[in-house]
Amino acid sequence: MPTRRAFLGGLATLPLLPRVALAGRGAGEARLVVLILRGGMDGLAAIPAVGDPHFRSARGAAVGPDETSALDGTFALHPGLAPLLPLWTADELAIVHAVGTPYLERSHFDAQDVLETGLTTPMASRSGWLNRALLGIDADAARAMALGRTVPRLLQGDAPVTSADPTREVRPQDAFLARVSELYRRDVAFDRAMQDALRAQAMLAKARGGTEMGLVAGRGRADTQRVSQIMGAVLADPEGPRIAVAELSGWDTHVGQDGALTRQLGALSDAIVALQETMGSVWEHTVVCAVSEFGRTVAGNGTGGTDHGTGGAALLAGGSLRGGRVYADWPGLAPSALLEGRDLRPTTDIRAVFKGLLRDHLGVPEGHLERVVFPDSATIEALRLV
Amino acid sequence: MHRDAFVAATRFGLGARPGDLHVIAPDPRGWLSAQLEGSDPVPEQMSHHGSSQDAIQAYASMRMLAEVDKAAARKDREAVFREEMAARCVVSATTERPFRERWVRYWSNHFTISATRKEVVALAGPYEREAIRPHCTGRFVELLQAAVLHPAMLLYLDNVRSVGPGSRAGRSGRRGLNENLAREVLELHTLGVSGGYEQADVEALARILTGWSVEPSVGGTQFSEKRHEPGRKRLLGKTYGEGHEGALAALEALSRHPATARNVATRLARHFIDDAPQPAAVDAIAKVFLDSEGDLVEVARAVIAQDAAWTPLTKVKSPEDLVLSTARALGYGREGEPMLTALRWLGQVPFSANSPQGFPDTAEGWLGPEALLTRIEWAEDVAGQAAHRVSAIELAEEVLGPVLDTVTRRAIASASPREALALLLASPTFQRR
Repeated sequence: MPTRRAFLGGLATLPLLPRVALAGRGAGEARLVVLILRGGMDGLAAIPAVGDPHFRSARGAAVGPDETSALDGTFALHPGLAPLLPLWTADELAIVHAVGTPYLERSHFDAQDVLETGLTTPMASRSGWLNRALLGIDADAARAMALGRTVPRLLQGDAPVTSADPTREVRPQDAFLARVSELYRRDVAFDRAMQDALRAQAMLAKARGGTEMGLVAGRGRADTQRVSQIMGAVLADPEGPRIAVAELSGWDTHVGQDGALTRQLGALSDAIVALQETMGSVWEHTVVCAVSEFGRTVAGNGTGGTDHGTGGAALLAGGSLRGGRVYADWPGLAPSALLEGRDLRPTTDIRAVFKGLLRDHLGVPEGHLERVVFPDSATIEALRLV
Repeated sequence: MHRDAFVAATRFGLGARPGDLHVIAPDPRGWLSAQLEGSDPVPEQMSHHGSSQDAIQAYASMRMLAEVDKAAARKDREAVFREEMAARCVVSATTERPFRERWVRYWSNHFTISATRKEVVALAGPYEREAIRPHCTGRFVELLQAAVLHPAMLLYLDNVRSVGPGSRAGRSGRRGLNENLAREVLELHTLGVSGGYEQADVEALARILTGWSVEPSVGGTQFSEKRHEPGRKRLLGKTYGEGHEGALAALEALSRHPATARNVATRLARHFIDDAPQPAAVDAIAKVFLDSEGDLVEVARAVIAQDAAWTPLTKVKSPEDLVLSTARALGYGREGEPMLTALRWLGQVPFSANSPQGFPDTAEGWLGPEALLTRIEWAEDVAGQAAHRVSAIELAEEVLGPVLDTVTRRAIASASPREALALLLASPTFQRR
């Protein structure tokens, strides 16, 4: 793990101007979108294992969904995800079920930390696995952007990344920014944030210029959709980022889960559909990966919700995907099969998903993957997802 | 002038007003220490706001309203929140005891409740007035019990919905245990995430806490025997009996645990010393915490006593630090609404953190590229309103004094009045504490 000084110190040499490299064909064509679903999505509600003989009895009547669309003999889709059914039919949607991080306890913060650092224990690194992956690929292919007010841990680290909140319109004047940049030269933290911001502004301005974006200030679901549209537009730009990360919170459904989850999954569906529509032909080179820090208890709790659990589900979409299937080493929901008698047992390490996408989709060399990106993952075999 | 005056005013306080540094300079440590003495009555700007009882009863009676009236009640609730938060900004921006105010805010964030849950919106102000302010200069155990068992916390972390599986209310099997509060008490409020507890301890504390709920007809916390899990429970190797005393005893034991001392000391050092504080400073603060049995005034003095705490500008200001220090510097502290609007803009509306972990306390948490642009944009906006009546260079001398560096000074001196003030407010020297 780099020391703090090394972590910050390595950045002083970043170029001042936004990189406007011409995109080559080939490796740089692949697009990866990671959507972090914060709060612990209930994988068993999103993708219910209705064909498991123990499903009904293990869940109880307190939490739904009541009506679902079958995906295969075992799994079905929550009605909130119904807008994604056409993608399933086109083999552009895949599910990885009974998936989890190596962290088996139940703190949101620690579980998110492990999900994003890609290590096995919380607080083990200040950088995220996606950032470390960028260090192993060609600079053109490594252009990455966080869409939102903050850069999540997943994208923090030594590789330069940008961030921008597409829902905000007003910007400081360029001349003033230049003067302020001068003041920031000697302060590493401020200088770094500023250079990153300038790169992001350039990308965003360009993406906006070429699209007819609805500029209605929205909240909640509408906002998510709009962020996704802009994300799609910057990703479709040959000179824009290849990799984008956004966050969707609100998955911590301890109480009244059915209504809340229908809204959440609806927003997630909107986001994926908006990406597909905005990206046009670039969708063919794209994988969208929606992951959460953990799943939730198999049984409903006493308050119409579910508590923090372990195994959950990841959703993948995109034209590059080998979709139309559920990837799962299904552990079953029999009482004896549950982890600690209460949670879906994770049988696929989430890093198998990430390793597969990084290796086969982004072309991250295997050596870099094993040594730098997921150093404790030798026994975890990458899933072939693309 | 020695830079200690700047550190006292800016890192421990909420930012210097013109003239403050001269007042503080003779004895910065004494200036801080004196603020901890005596009681801390609710400031008059906030004292006329309602109690938690008012808020709870208003919320409970809302259920009986028709939909159209519910919308009005929701607006009322938000107005109550906004008014008090605006008043709270005024208090902080004008107080003569800024370290004491920061100390109150610090503990409100340690024991975060968030208006992101609607039941809690109108309770945020009362929570700080009733649970945090009166106890954050007392013993930690009293603060812990007051915060955890306050209606706002019981609602925010779902304890009001938790029912002992073996209790009279739980036997039907329809309602059961909710671990949320128990987990956060252990992970955030007391032992810390590496404090040596297990899932079984979380469940034990959840059982101990069953029954502590909020009774709308009373308008406050009430212990419900009917929901309380009967029998004894074992938490961290100790056994707790049935009944409402169980929670008090468990919190008392947690407050004395060495892991709690370490967790509290680490978080304090992160706030007052450095994002990655020196282990020696953490050890020293933790020792005082244990030796004084959690006397929070002694703990505050231990923080002040750390040499490391007096290195200027190691911390990046949070948006709240930035807005309040700007208001203090410019004398804009009498109007609360604009400060609240600024906090919304910069992403730190009080009591609105998106998790029980509270607001971040590191540069990384606040200094993303997007966030930095927002800060710069805001600095320009403030300068547009204030530049006609202040001299940026004189203000820089007054509020940054001994830490004002040549580069910043030159940049300010060579700019137009409006740009000069914007540069001052956006400069790393002003943006740090």
